Amino acid sequence: MVILIKQSSGIKSSEITPKSIYLNRRRFMQRSLAGSVLLGMNAMLPAWAKPWEGIANSAFSTSEKPNTLEAITTYNNFYEFGTGKSDPSKNARNFTPRPWSIAVEGECARPGVFDLEDFIKSETIEERIYRLRCVEGWSMVIPWAGFSLADMLKKFEPTSKAKFVEFTTLFDKSRMPGQERRVLNWPYVEGLRIDEAMNELPIMAVGLYGDVLPNQNGAPIRLVVPWKYGFKSIKSIVKIRFTETQPSTTWNIAAPREYGFYSNVNPAVDHPRWSQAKETRIGEPFWKPKHKTLMFNGYGEQVAKLYEGMDLKKFF
Amino acid sequence: MKSEGLTSIKSIAKSHTFQFFIMSSPSSTTISFIIKPVVFLACLLPFVMLVYAAFMGSLGVNPVETLTLETGSWALRFLLITLSVTPLRMITGQSWLIKLRRMLGLFAFFYVSLHFTTYIWFDQYFDWAAIVKDIPKRPFITVGFSAFVLLIPLVLTSTNKMMRRLKRNWTKLHSLVYVIAVLGVLHFLWLVKADTREPLIYAGILLVLLGYRAYQQRFVKSR
Ligand code: HEM
Repeated sequence: MVILIKQSSGIKSSEITPKSIYLNRRRFMQRSLAGSVLLGMNAMLPAWAKPWEGIANSAFSTSEKPNTLEAITTYNNFYEFGTGKSDPSKNARNFTPRPWSIAVEGECARPGVFDLEDFIKSETIEERIYRLRCVEGWSMVIPWAGFSLADMLKKFEPTSKAKFVEFTTLFDKSRMPGQERRVLNWPYVEGLRIDEAMNELPIMAVGLYGDVLPNQNGAPIRLVVPWKYGFKSIKSIVKIRFTETQPSTTWNIAAPREYGFYSNVNPAVDHPRWSQAKETRIGEPFWKPKHKTLMFNGYGEQVAKLYEGMDLKKFF
Repeated sequence: MKSEGLTSIKSIAKSHTFQFFIMSSPSSTTISFIIKPVVFLACLLPFVMLVYAAFMGSLGVNPVETLTLETGSWALRFLLITLSVTPLRMITGQSWLIKLRRMLGLFAFFYVSLHFTTYIWFDQYFDWAAIVKDIPKRPFITVGFSAFVLLIPLVLTSTNKMMRRLKRNWTKLHSLVYVIAVLGVLHFLWLVKADTREPLIYAGILLVLLGYRAYQQRFVKSR
């Protein structure tokens, strides 16, 4: 999304504005338009570049065709910005995900509060094109830019007591207007078992389509766990906590019979109110049949081993 | 200025057009040839807009969801509109409004049918085995389906002939529409994930309509 300042005369603003100001202005507009910024990173890059353009594509990426940027950024479940699917794209427009810090707490040797830039500067950002299956029965293919959750967590040296990892979203009504209404128990909390978190698939995403992560998709940093229903992939994270006991997670608190702690994509275990056997692939003609939902959203090869011997009907 | 304004308001109130809308009943010719066709076209508008959007590819990111939600919402709205005809008639004294009730009720059925068709076609893709399993399994579908099935006898007995033939039983049979509306609201309440605001608004409207009815029955028996 490179912003060109079009003038009606056809003269580029670069021709009438000193270059440094022009570049700064463009950089500023890019930031405000994309709605998010990674200051330190961005300054090192040419102003016209998308920050994550040209990063390596991960071996875990699917070869399926990604959804359009428009679909990915206008059809969101992000109740912090409203409960309608198009609410986040409208209500998150003025959200400024900066400055941003992340607190790391709990059962680990190196807790602390980190600036976002410091938090991600030593990570290898790559493109991961993942399927996303929403618990509501639709799915997309999304080209995230992000880094391995496991690699990041290891740097904080979790202790042997760290059995789970808990993530928390920002709680700030003035910036997230959807939090004015208690449709959910704010702040949003999600969690993973430590071995799930240490699997090679989960990532912390900081970008989309080679650009910064749009606000409505969970700027500036979010979790992506591709074999679980979308609500597990918590957005706009401000806190990561290693715990000994299983965290209480938001949707599980809201409706324990409907949204389990695990919430692995599983066509054989229906939601109490609807079937999970099939899914609507966003972007495909609506008059065509739906896709069959795959066990673990098709990521069984990497994750089935995590649940060996577990009754997935009981631990849904 | 002020008194002038007042006089002009008074003159509007006395004027022919205003009287036409508020005080007197339109002639049966006006009803048949102007009011009914206009209401008919207005009721068809949501359908026309959906078909147009479908052909223009502008049903949004998830078209099946849009179709389901739009047809479902219009079905419920028309049910509630139909239910408000009698209270409206009593409050305004415009008894001719009753002549629109059948059309409004049939439109409710029309939109439920579209809603059901969307489910059978685009949601389940004619997978009858899955449909037969799904209807009793998902409580909100069971409730919606019951409402749909209950509407069918009302549609079949909506003609003047049936009305005459069934006499008092007709009124009894057609009071089923209250049950249907309650089921429709329940269906909606049951399907939302966490935000119950919208279905609760419909529930509130229905409660007022039911309350009015109950009040009439209890205290103003003669009607
Ligand atoms: C009188 C009958 C019915 C009424 C008034 C009705 C009304 C509604 C309403 C108001 C909604 C929600 C719209 C929204 O969220 O904006 C809805 C959704 C839905 N209805 Fe119905 N409905 C009826 C019958 C049925 C039947 C017979 C079926 C299928 C067998 C059905 C299946 C559905 C489905 C699948 C949804 C969408 C659920 C979702 O997106 O999660 N409904 N309906």
